[in-house]
Amino acid sequence: MQTETTRTPSGIFVLGEMRNGHIHSVTLELTGKGRELAAARGCTVTTVLLGGEFKDDPADPIRYGADRILAVNHPSLEHFDQEIIAKVTAHLIETEKPEIVLAPATTAGRTYLPAVAALVNTGLTADCTGLDIDPETGLLLQTRPAIGGNVMATIKTPNHRPQMSTVRPRTFRIPDPEGRTGEVLHPPVPEHLFSSRIRNDGMEYLEEQGANIQDLDVVISGGKGLKRPESFRLLQELADLLDGGVGASRPTVEAKWIPYPHQVGLSGKVVAPKLYMAVGISGAVQHLAGMQTAQTIVAVNKDPEAPIFRVADVALCGDLFDIVPRLIERIKKEKRS
Amino acid sequence: MKIAVLVKQVPDTDEVKMDPEKGTMVREGVGAIMNPLDMNALEAALALKRGAGDGEVTVLSMGPPQTEEALREAIALGADKALLLTDRAFAGADTWATSRVLAEAIRKTGPFDLILAGEKATDGETGQVGPEVAAMLDLPFSTYVSALERISPAEIRVRRTIEEGYQYQILSFPCLLTVLSDLNEPSMPTLAGKKKARRFSLETAGNEALDLPKEELGLSGSPTRVVRISYPKITRNTEHFSGSHLDEGIERVVALLKEQALL
Repeated sequence: MQTETTRTPSGIFVLGEMRNGHIHSVTLELTGKGRELAAARGCTVTTVLLGGEFKDDPADPIRYGADRILAVNHPSLEHFDQEIIAKVTAHLIETEKPEIVLAPATTAGRTYLPAVAALVNTGLTADCTGLDIDPETGLLLQTRPAIGGNVMATIKTPNHRPQMSTVRPRTFRIPDPEGRTGEVLHPPVPEHLFSSRIRNDGMEYLEEQGANIQDLDVVISGGKGLKRPESFRLLQELADLLDGGVGASRPTVEAKWIPYPHQVGLSGKVVAPKLYMAVGISGAVQHLAGMQTAQTIVAVNKDPEAPIFRVADVALCGDLFDIVPRLIERIKKEKRS
Repeated sequence: MKIAVLVKQVPDTDEVKMDPEKGTMVREGVGAIMNPLDMNALEAALALKRGAGDGEVTVLSMGPPQTEEALREAIALGADKALLLTDRAFAGADTWATSRVLAEAIRKTGPFDLILAGEKATDGETGQVGPEVAAMLDLPFSTYVSALERISPAEIRVRRTIEEGYQYQILSFPCLLTVLSDLNEPSMPTLAGKKKARRFSLETAGNEALDLPKEELGLSGSPTRVVRISYPKITRNTEHFSGSHLDEGIERVVALLKEQALL
């Protein structure tokens, strides 16, 4: 069997994410990661941008590591349509034959990438937190949390091409921009690929705080220890002071104290902010799986045996209705000085 | 209206405990349940059938023989038919190889107007099988569905919960949808339902019924391979503060915030 090291490397595709004409930051994170992998493989990085009208310069990802941009503009790409984006992506993969495809594990990526994998008959590894090149075989090593995030599984795609991974936003850092050069290409795409059996029927943008907790540096989450739904206001006050958002444990969402978009954990969102604060959350496995990769974890709980303390950097054991207001006052004082 | 619901049996994560020494999950003795989001998919199927006035809800699952329990639960909840896809050759399948079996089973037992599944399972959490099955069957599909409405005999309007809010889409039948928990409130099985489920004869099929090429099945047919499992020990040197030391703890939090330029 031919090993990857004997094969001619055929390049890395980074599938960008466009939101309302803008290049989403996850595109640059993945372009940076693609650059690292390309250095190990001795191949090129191509960032693919599919959208309606571009409001950002499609050349932007070049500064972050792309050698080429494949930009496709079409009115039918204005709104997310999983059928069109899957077909166009599969077409570009079949034409360009990349050996690796990295894509965002956003709701969009997690929707159309599995369809692409089925269309081009290859594997797909979801939510990778680590990507490396195996020095011996040249294969992509994809590491992802498994079984609730307490086990890490490393996965290979030995015989199928491309090797495809989705990666959650904020998993990798955006590299510092460099003065690099590259080209922006507009590949031809057959018109019939832009047809869809799905009709877009509008967007409803939710302004509500906290719906985007995956994109924030600070997440303050509450659990049943808050005793009543109104106590979330206290957490909101603290979150506002730190430009953060409010998260919640599953039991509080099930009790309808706070809407589902705030739920952190296995059955909710996985967050990895700079600071995660768990207030009145005991720390069920299901919750820990959604936050234990945060950079710093602060836990407030009255039970000294609460499992949440085992994953915390700072454990504040006491009455949250005493501790949180004191912390708020202290931060306000700090901001005034 | 003929509806298929794809279900998966998963470990009951509420029963999973952490090993405090190793920081790993203790899975021994943990029961199995129907994947929670698949319960929402089943509930939606039953509601659509009721709304249509007639129809049939078929639950399909690929898994080891004990997956039968999850299918019986679906029957107890009101499903009309159940098909268990079980075969040693299916074992170790990744999402591609799983989707291959489910897609073929749907092709052979269908046609269905609608195929529903949970957005993801609580064990693998990939959310890939639904869209992969749809693509293999060349069906239009939608995901992250948190509300749906059959707007005409031929069409369904769905609300997708995505990062910025809600996206609405209209799909014609046949199509496939993966659903979220806020779609509905799964009902509890009735006594009569449980009785029926106990006696119900489930259909079982292996690859002799599907007739897929052996090299596309199970572990050997899976494009992806798990090559290593590691147990990352959570290494946080927890600083504990309580009682009269809470002030120090608060100072420590403020210092950490400043360190990370969050304050």
